[in-house]
Amino acid sequence: MPEVKILRKWVHDPEQHRMEVALSRGYYQAARQALTEMKPDEIINLVRDSGVRGRGGAGASCGMKWGFMPKEPTPQRPNYLICNCDESEPGTFSNRELVEYDPHQLIEAIVISAYALRVRTALIYCRGEFLFGYERLNEAVQEARERGFVGEKIFGTDFSLDIIVHRGAGAYICGEETALMDSLEGKRGHPRAKPPFPANVGLYGMPTTINNVETLCNIPHLINHGLEWFWSMGTAGAPPEEPQARANWIKSLGTRKSTGTKILSVSGHVKRPGNYEVVMGTSLRELIYDVCGGICGDHDLKAVIPGGSSMPMIPKPIAMDVQMAFETLQAAGTALGSGGVIVFDDQTDIPQVCLAIARFYKNESCGKCVPCRIGTDWIYKLIQRIVTGQGRMEDIELIRDVCINLGGERMMDSRSYCPLGDAAAWPIIWGGLKYFQHEFEHYIRYRRSPVGAEPALVGAH
Amino acid sequence: MLSEKAFAAIEAAKKRYPDPRSALMPALWIAQEECGGWLPREAMADVARVMSLEPADVQSVASFYSMYYKAPVGKFVLEICHNIACDVLGARRIIDHVRERLGIAPGETTGDGLFTLKTVECLAACGGGPCMQVNSRYYENLTPERVDAILDGLRAHAEAGAPPPLPDERPQPADDGDAA
Ligand SMILES: Cc1cc2nc3c(=O)[nH]c(=O)nc-3n(C[C@H](O)[C@H](O)[C@H](O)COP(=O)(O)O)c2cc1C
Ligand code: SF4
Ligand code: FES
Repeated sequence: MPEVKILRKWVHDPEQHRMEVALSRGYYQAARQALTEMKPDEIINLVRDSGVRGRGGAGASCGMKWGFMPKEPTPQRPNYLICNCDESEPGTFSNRELVEYDPHQLIEAIVISAYALRVRTALIYCRGEFLFGYERLNEAVQEARERGFVGEKIFGTDFSLDIIVHRGAGAYICGEETALMDSLEGKRGHPRAKPPFPANVGLYGMPTTINNVETLCNIPHLINHGLEWFWSMGTAGAPPEEPQARANWIKSLGTRKSTGTKILSVSGHVKRPGNYEVVMGTSLRELIYDVCGGICGDHDLKAVIPGGSSMPMIPKPIAMDVQMAFETLQAAGTALGSGGVIVFDDQTDIPQVCLAIARFYKNESCGKCVPCRIGTDWIYKLIQRIVTGQGRMEDIELIRDVCINLGGERMMDSRSYCPLGDAAAWPIIWGGLKYFQHEFEHYIRYRRSPVGAEPALVGAH
Repeated sequence: MLSEKAFAAIEAAKKRYPDPRSALMPALWIAQEECGGWLPREAMADVARVMSLEPADVQSVASFYSMYYKAPVGKFVLEICHNIACDVLGARRIIDHVRERLGIAPGETTGDGLFTLKTVECLAACGGGPCMQVNSRYYENLTPERVDAILDGLRAHAEAGAPPPLPDERPQPADDGDAA
């Protein structure tokens, strides 16, 4: 089995959220070691050299991002750390499990990261629906405070840290880092223009680093087990011996390779859906057929969304051949995104799937910029027209046109204010339409589902 | 309209954050909880006062977030996910079943004030789709029969003080994990 258990090692233990249990498993030793034996920059370098990339969607090099933070913050201009636990990307459900069942792993990670980033106040932004996770995190912070792992002079050092857990209230856009900061400031969650980047002007206008839950949870393990261990998992292979080649190899990790593990949330038509932690580069075929037991009801595979609903789906022939890593999925015309893997069997009506995707982005567009506010609505209405049997052949080109005006001619050629606009266009134009245009045409020609599916859910909001 | 206790809780929240305005979302949660699960205008006015903000400012924030309810809701809010993974696993059937059984469309509340039906986007429980949340508690792997049992259980909870129906047992792992 390619499944590994590092970040998810203890999530099945119903007692793991308690401090005594976490301590009995060696938790907070990495934090103690980091704070008492390591300099902040040593930790930043370790994180950079590990090649760990953001698990929240964009896959940016974590260490590089950390390197932009001021080294000598002042009381007037403090540094902030935010942990993004807004997890709302359709298909993704791994952060929820980590905070509900193993909150101390994250708290320890935040203590170490805050120390490295010279942060005195860290905030965790939990999506509103995660009431249970929010309560578990608050209890864990309280326990950590009682033990002196959070608060003044942690482990007898000069380092002090407060952790605030904040609860959202239902808005996908608040997962976008700048919208999240506005939301944390008590405002509507509207994205901000970049630059300036958060490391410069973030929360309350101060230097801020924002990382996903899973990204941060890697840090204590990295301290405990070291670089060679981290590198041994992933797509980079072994480092060369020769110093210059080795330095180049390390440099390439954060942008061109994928190191460590990734928790993949698998849903849809598989026999054993759930969260699975695998090393970066595990094949999608192995994930679906070995780890998840194959397709339900012994149907055939039709397509897979590999990285949450914002990323284009890939049809079976590509899916059977691809590895789950940043660079390999990018080469396949899609992306690892948030690691939400949604599997569709051969009975799936792809235009209806596209309708659900389009409806989601239409509902979640914050309305700040015109291409997205109007474009998402158009995409939804056009697909709805097709799926309800009212479509015209020209509608297909019209959808393409709207998608290009929203997400650009190519992926990464954005025309909206924030990436939500791209995320609304990509899965339709570079996924659904690219591989399954014939299903849309079937709907238009025969006014019914190409696979005999029940009528789509329309009108629900 | 809000109680002294609520005001005190909001004041405490203001002190928690580097900037007191950050306590606006917690304040709205406190107010919503106190007002039976939704935010009447007067409650938002109270929040505005204690937060030193304009009422319009508070309303504008409250209206941005879907979990702050601006109209009364039933005692139980059934939020059924209709996003991709749940949809391909039969969320439509679940929604139709609840509509028929309770006689309400999404957005409506039953005459007895017990249930409000809502369709919502991905709840981060796709592995257990179709799923729903009832007052922030997860119910996964829904079938029409299971939904019936949950609705009956909720009714018994409201009318006779029975404990609320339990969410699913968490599936146990095949092994206890020995890697790393
Ligand atoms: C519309 C939108 C929604 C997002 N939602 C999330 C989210 O729920 N969780 C998350 O970690 N990142 C989310 N992101 C990505 C964040 O903006 C940001 O890149 C990430 O939190 C950085 O952390 P990382 O580098 O550790 O991945 C979202 C981005 C966009 C554009
Ligand atoms: S792209 Fe959409 S979500 Fe992003 S700022 Fe524009 S309207 Fe808002
Ligand atoms: S799609 Fe329903 S919980 Fe994610």
